[in-house]
Amino acid sequence: MGRGWAIAVHGGAGVDPNIPSQRLEEAKKLLARCLNLGISALNSSMSAIDVVELVVRELETDPMFNSGRGSALTEKGTVEMEASIMDGPKRRCGAVSGLTTVKNPISLARLVMDKSPHSYLAFSGAEEFARQQGVELVENDYFITEENLGMLKLAKEANAIVFDYRIPVVGLGLETCSAGAGAMESTLQMNGLPLSVYAPETVGCVVVDDQGRCAAATSTGGLLNKMSGRIGDSPLIGSGTYACDVCAVSCTGEGEAIIRGTLARDVAAVMEYKGLPLQEAVDYVIKERLDEGKAGMIAVSSTGEVAYGFNCTGMFRGCATQDGFMEVGIWE
Amino acid sequence: MGWAIALHGGAGDIPLSLPPERREPREAALRHCLQVGVEALKAQRTPLDVVELVVRELENHPNFNAGRGSVLTTKGSVEMEACIMDNTKRCGAVSGLSTVVNAISLARLVMEKTPHIYLAFDGAEAFAKEQGVETVDASKFITPENIERLKQAKEANRVQIDYTQPNQTDPTKEKPTADGGGQIGTVGCVAVDGKGNSATATSTGGLVNKMVGRIGDTPVIGAGTYANSYCAVSATGKGESIIRATVARDVAALMEYKGLSLKEAAAYVVEECTPKGTCGLVAVSATGEVTMPFNTTGMFRACATEDGYSEIAIWPPSTQK
Repeated sequence: MGRGWAIAVHGGAGVDPNIPSQRLEEAKKLLARCLNLGISALNSSMSAIDVVELVVRELETDPMFNSGRGSALTEKGTVEMEASIMDGPKRRCGAVSGLTTVKNPISLARLVMDKSPHSYLAFSGAEEFARQQGVELVENDYFITEENLGMLKLAKEANAIVFDYRIPVVGLGLETCSAGAGAMESTLQMNGLPLSVYAPETVGCVVVDDQGRCAAATSTGGLLNKMSGRIGDSPLIGSGTYACDVCAVSCTGEGEAIIRGTLARDVAAVMEYKGLPLQEAVDYVIKERLDEGKAGMIAVSSTGEVAYGFNCTGMFRGCATQDGFMEVGIWE
Repeated sequence: MGWAIALHGGAGDIPLSLPPERREPREAALRHCLQVGVEALKAQRTPLDVVELVVRELENHPNFNAGRGSVLTTKGSVEMEACIMDNTKRCGAVSGLSTVVNAISLARLVMEKTPHIYLAFDGAEAFAKEQGVETVDASKFITPENIERLKQAKEANRVQIDYTQPNQTDPTKEKPTADGGGQIGTVGCVAVDGKGNSATATSTGGLVNKMVGRIGDTPVIGAGTYANSYCAVSATGKGESIIRATVARDVAALMEYKGLSLKEAAAYVVEECTPKGTCGLVAVSATGEVTMPFNTTGMFRACATEDGYSEIAIWPPSTQK
């Protein structure tokens, strides 16, 4: 038996300090809505693995963050989505990459875990599995939003400027893009791009249910303007997602840095092997395992705690515990 | 403290009754690849160069499950993956390759020539073309031995369905395979120089009869491949089990967080963290130690250290012929 349920959701680490207040409000509303969805499910004794899938589906379906509809675009202007899910009790896991028509990648990742002999399927093989399983499929342009098309254009222009002159992007008609309004004052970068142009905004959810079972789920469209075929941390068990008997973790930020730091596994490893409690483990990993990289994470422990940490400017997040605590936040 | 190197040609249910005509070419290949690696270390090549060099040799050898000689997907095709990492935690990985002669070299190019770590399928093949690496027609990787293995695997599946065997819903139970051929997986190499710099490289065709698009542990950093300032690790066996147990990362984590020695950490991960019959690994520490534990019937392996020790083996020491 656990010590009460706990849940955390995130919509990405690395937030433009000049983000327009309207977008901030919309993001907070979405986080609160998803948190409440999870809370209702937990109060009706839904299992952790079902809750994380439910909540991430909601985040994928909403076009606000970088997953499912609203995914960041590849350099070709298409969407390639990836996701992973892990069930703490037996550390079963499922992951997918390179999805182009699957409406809810996290649900396909779950099917890989439950209905295939494997842990990870990608690209056309994953799409074929999706067809066999009868999941909801749509055309690739369903996932593409006007805003993301605009951001891709900015990213391509910014790449040329950022890498050549390392000055803030000025005078590119950024006023037309809601995320770009404050770009001229912002020189903060992640993944080699100004945060005003591209913020990671991967989504995720971690839950411990009232039986003490932990689960984690992460979903993303990946890096804006990425090479087709590029895989980030989100579908990699141990990097972007991890769950075991003691905790569940979902990460977001600079994918390559998260992979090098095997961030999600390391939180559990310092708990198991160094005996650190949850928040200290999260703080330790953020401080010690990221080197130059920028990232954030949410985590829950089997004993009903919730924690988060990030070393960049802000992380869209929400947390709640069974005793009534609930919080939605963006900055420190 | 001196240099050390270890390499493997796959862990699995390698029967003790393996006939000489199947055993000897593999032993000879291990001997040859070990020599290639040792000479490179003696010539002061970096561990990163050494592991890439050795794995290229193993990929080119048709009797191991990597490059030419890769096992086949359920559609009879080859989908190769590989991963390389050094103690600075720079890394590169590729999956879903069908025409690239040396997957490990493409993984290295991803690490050195892109801002990314991992490229897969069409995108990886396109990158290979841009980089001008050697490619051949996909059919060139297919060997008669693997066509036969696929046939047997498909027949075994049919029998299991007839007897209504469970379809792997319980991850703690691993099915034994007919002749073990299906479990032989992956090649890898780890090396450390006399100054604590280390590297690891792993390459594979994956699992016999795997679903198209299936990715295993090899290219998942922390699962089949990992290196940091403590050690370098390359794992082999049943990918799904190795991913779940984050095998390669855990060896290093046990050394760092619990102060275990390389041997203790590796033995613990193989014996306690993965089901019997699913995992083997080779690892070197920054201080020049080497270890090659496995919980399968056998693991094709070889190692050498600067003080003159060397070993080539297949089965556990007590059963070695």
